[in-house]
Amino acid sequence: MRTYGQRRVVITGQGVISPVGLSVQNFWDALLAGRSGVGPITSFDTTDLPVKIAGEVTGFDPLEYMPRTVSRRIDKYAQFAVAAAMQAIEDSKLVIDDANTHRVGVLIGSGYGPTALVQSGTLTLDERGHRALAPWLSAATSIDCAAGEIALKVGATGPSGAVSTACASGTSAVGEAMRMIQRGDVDAVIAGGADNSITSFDIGSTAMSRALSRRNDDPQRASRPFDKDRDGFVMAAGAGVLVLEDARSAERRGAPILAEVVGYGATSDAYHPTAPHPEGLGARRAMQLALDDASVAASEIDHINAHGTSTVLNDRTEAAAIRRVFGDHAPNIPITGVKSMTGHMIGAAGAVELIATVQALLTGIVPPTINCDDPEDAGLNFVPHRPQEHDIRVAMSNSFGFAGHNATLVVRRFEH
Amino acid sequence: MSKERLLAELAEIVNEVVGLPVNEVQLDRHLRDDLDIDSLSMVEIMVAVEEKFGVATPDEIAGELETVAAVIDHIERNSSVGVA
Repeated sequence: MRTYGQRRVVITGQGVISPVGLSVQNFWDALLAGRSGVGPITSFDTTDLPVKIAGEVTGFDPLEYMPRTVSRRIDKYAQFAVAAAMQAIEDSKLVIDDANTHRVGVLIGSGYGPTALVQSGTLTLDERGHRALAPWLSAATSIDCAAGEIALKVGATGPSGAVSTACASGTSAVGEAMRMIQRGDVDAVIAGGADNSITSFDIGSTAMSRALSRRNDDPQRASRPFDKDRDGFVMAAGAGVLVLEDARSAERRGAPILAEVVGYGATSDAYHPTAPHPEGLGARRAMQLALDDASVAASEIDHINAHGTSTVLNDRTEAAAIRRVFGDHAPNIPITGVKSMTGHMIGAAGAVELIATVQALLTGIVPPTINCDDPEDAGLNFVPHRPQEHDIRVAMSNSFGFAGHNATLVVRRFEH
Repeated sequence: MSKERLLAELAEIVNEVVGLPVNEVQLDRHLRDDLDIDSLSMVEIMVAVEEKFGVATPDEIAGELETVAAVIDHIERNSSVGVA
């Protein structure tokens, strides 16, 4: 049942920085072509690490989006967020001026935040003392840095900040942004997620948690959601940002409306720091809450963008949870795992995958799960290898993070 | 060290901190109005100046340095490594 049913929320703009493309169109083309963005790590020496592969963002020039004074002061994760936000705002044709500035908010999720700056700053402190630390570092090493930079750049003076729910951060940010608009706090929110957790610290520590694939000799085939031969996720970097708006104000200004966000569900497993609940209780409840929030029956869901990390524990519990929530309808649903191509962008993943979900709604094409040779559940349609055409009216996007953070969104083709 | 040499060294530091081309760092330029150097960048520049020339610059002094010429004069008058 809807609690905040009065104001409808729509998506009017999208922006993506990812290992498979630096714009929505390039990202989408790569997904449909089944192109993997995973390769050997080039940004630091991996000689002593057990994991030597990741989905790095390549060819990104921050100066296309911000002056050098800004780019050198913020972590790459925040550069990606600013870039994706600028793309999304341009896409939405939203003009932020004196008349509406206080009605526009910014909410950017991140799991790990500015890890490269934290790591290099700590080393500098150790080697050269505190006077060698740059004066902007304390602001730039906070997890709300990306949101602050975007608000500053576009002049949005509504509420701004970060949502951090590990790998669900981008999804949580969009869900919470939807609530802000439904409540009437603001009319528009620039919402999404960003992460660049590809440092020796991130790769080393996550490898120690045993969550990462060690298929170093075959990077393009390392991320294989729902395939029985999977051995962990592949760390990746990027950002996804969307412009969410109150439907009436979007229609009033003649904005391009891409989809309606109709449901959000968030839960916690309260079970283990890294493993999901073995019966997927939290995941099931998040999906059900999102359906209830949307007033949509399980049988109406035409497509699921799965969390699909390519870890044994996630994929097995997610597939089982989908079986439980959707019952007899589950085998009819095309379920895709785009992390097979992008790798796992952590806090960006949920927002980028929501964008893939919206693209599927708009085009009727579901991107494939590559490397899914021997599926976890042979009765489910994981859209293996090749894209599929489906008539998609309502779709779901799942994100399930470390610490048992679960978040699910439901989007619908917009009808006046 | 000649004033020209000192200016060239300072221009290198400014280039490193804010990315300005070195030839834009001229004696008559105002740091904020002409070169768009904000207070955070100024802190970074003066920390680099301290490391290079041994010139400690208290915050209240740094706030009074408005032009490239003023920074050069400040270095010449206070350097412990004999740049003058």
